[in-house]
Amino acid sequence: MDHSLLVVLPILLPLLTGAVALIAHKSNVAQRWIGVGGTLIQLAAALLLFNEVWSGEIVVGQMGNWMAPFGITLVADLLGAVMVLITGIMGLAVCVYSLGDIDETREKFGYYPLLHILLMGVNGTFLTGDLFNMYVWFEVMLISSFVLLSLGNGKEQLDGAVKYVIINLFSSALFLAGIGILYGMTGTLNMADLAEKVHLIENTGLVTAVSVMFMISFGIKAAVFPLFFWLPASYHTPPIAISAIFAGLLTKVGVYVMLRMFTLVFVGDVGYTHTILLWVAGLTMITGVLGAAAQMEVRKILSFHIISQIGYMIMGLALYTPLAIVGSVFYIVHHIIVKTNLFLIAGVANKLVGSYDLYKMGGLYRYYPWLGILFLIPAFSLAGFPPLSGFWAKFTLLYAAIEIESWTILAVALVVGLLTLFSMTKIWTNAFWAPLPEGHEANTSDFRKRISGLHLFYLVAPIVLLALLTLTIGLNPQPFYDFSLKAAEQLLSRTEYIEAVLRP
Amino acid sequence: MEVLLAFVVGILFACSIYLLLKKSLVRVVLGVLILSNAVNLLIFTLGRLTRGAPPLIASDASVAAAGIANPLPQALILTAIVIGFGLFAFTIVLIYRYYKETQNLESDKMMDAEIPYDKVALFSNEEGK
Repeated sequence: MDHSLLVVLPILLPLLTGAVALIAHKSNVAQRWIGVGGTLIQLAAALLLFNEVWSGEIVVGQMGNWMAPFGITLVADLLGAVMVLITGIMGLAVCVYSLGDIDETREKFGYYPLLHILLMGVNGTFLTGDLFNMYVWFEVMLISSFVLLSLGNGKEQLDGAVKYVIINLFSSALFLAGIGILYGMTGTLNMADLAEKVHLIENTGLVTAVSVMFMISFGIKAAVFPLFFWLPASYHTPPIAISAIFAGLLTKVGVYVMLRMFTLVFVGDVGYTHTILLWVAGLTMITGVLGAAAQMEVRKILSFHIISQIGYMIMGLALYTPLAIVGSVFYIVHHIIVKTNLFLIAGVANKLVGSYDLYKMGGLYRYYPWLGILFLIPAFSLAGFPPLSGFWAKFTLLYAAIEIESWTILAVALVVGLLTLFSMTKIWTNAFWAPLPEGHEANTSDFRKRISGLHLFYLVAPIVLLALLTLTIGLNPQPFYDFSLKAAEQLLSRTEYIEAVLRP
Repeated sequence: MEVLLAFVVGILFACSIYLLLKKSLVRVVLGVLILSNAVNLLIFTLGRLTRGAPPLIASDASVAAAGIANPLPQALILTAIVIGFGLFAFTIVLIYRYYKETQNLESDKMMDAEIPYDKVALFSNEEGK
């Protein structure tokens, strides 16, 4: 197959699916199956692309045959390709879960088309090699996430959506201003071209200032300290399937662009920028995990844990050694799977006992031991228990910190790991282990049979799939580790990326 | 001209941040609007202000003559204006819906998605009913 086609398909297929689902808006059933079918095809396309990139070369597509740096370039290196692949998997899992979770009104108002446009925006951000184009994909992703967040018009949702929308608009404006200044200095928007030309600018102070603008903008999207307040204020309001895809993918898009820009373009003053990032990483971990410790609402606890885990990914980037970047890449892959899965499980728990409030939950292990097992896999993986995937990710990062004797961040990372376990055991003891509160309606047997058959299958199949993935990474980490190693090499050497784009 | 525009951009940024920090949601939305315009003007200024010929290539030449105006910043701004317009329209409707739903336009009172304080603070099974 033609190379440039491979790199366009992960963007075009969700668009096509969204359009077809929109045409079929009169029938909810048709929309559902178009949605699921679309994610399957998208996953297949992502696999093809990943296979091509894994077999050795960076896939580059020049749109409209305008050669780089003049036209828009789409690039899939190892990091981009694996992010697209994981987006495909998450899209499929959440789409199947939505069959059992999303109500008919939301379906009628275009849930499936919106979900696919969101996936298109995410894929576009991962694949683009052009800074302004990245801004456009950000906006595509944002506008569909705005609508998904506010779809339903509940008071809670609108409240969360207003906060989310305003802060994200501000972040985008800052990003755009940064792009403008960078363009004014270098006269180019192509990221590979920028990487070469940024070093020629004599006024290095201005470059550093712009890099901090980008850092703040991406920091808002990635929800790092002290820019994270919008996340726990909004992520728990929509239906859980939407929360799950947001939690898994959207903040990680912020981390991805940070990883991309601060390994490819802004590497002129590593001592300054990456020291800021290291502080940010440590404080993000601590505030996130302490925020989670104070909460008694499952979705809020999980939202705060997104923040603390973002800290680990930024930590890898901030340490900026080959091993640390390996850890970051591994962590992102592991984290997206685990975090989405935890949200999906929380959704099932809510359907079974009728609440997300830990005070009102209980008895889940007694009546549904299988759900307990399914919860323990991602929960322990998040806390970093061997032999699950989180252990290897944390181990690599900690090892990298020991290697360059960065003791403070090492201590922070270890303590935060322990506190993560505290939150997970809090959910476990209150929701699974403790008896149901007196007089809870879920004590009656007909309540327990409320979800069954096909409905239950839609909800549990994605959870099992993601849990199996976590187990696979945990029990057989070598191929994933090899992959992260290669991806990190590609990121740090830079030349491979630049050569592939500019001089094919 | 550059200096003048630089000041205009600066003032617009200052206005928009002032408005964004206001308590009233309507002012916040206006702040967002001014912010996107400030950014557009910034890109325009940074794209170099040349009073050049239009960026057209003569039919018998393969490259443009020297001294043409740079069309790229204008293409960028046009894209940004369209996106900004769409987002602004959405934000207004969102705020309107929020107002309809809650009769509230003050950012300090936006607590619908928050958990009441007394529930968070107390760790006992009696709470939260």
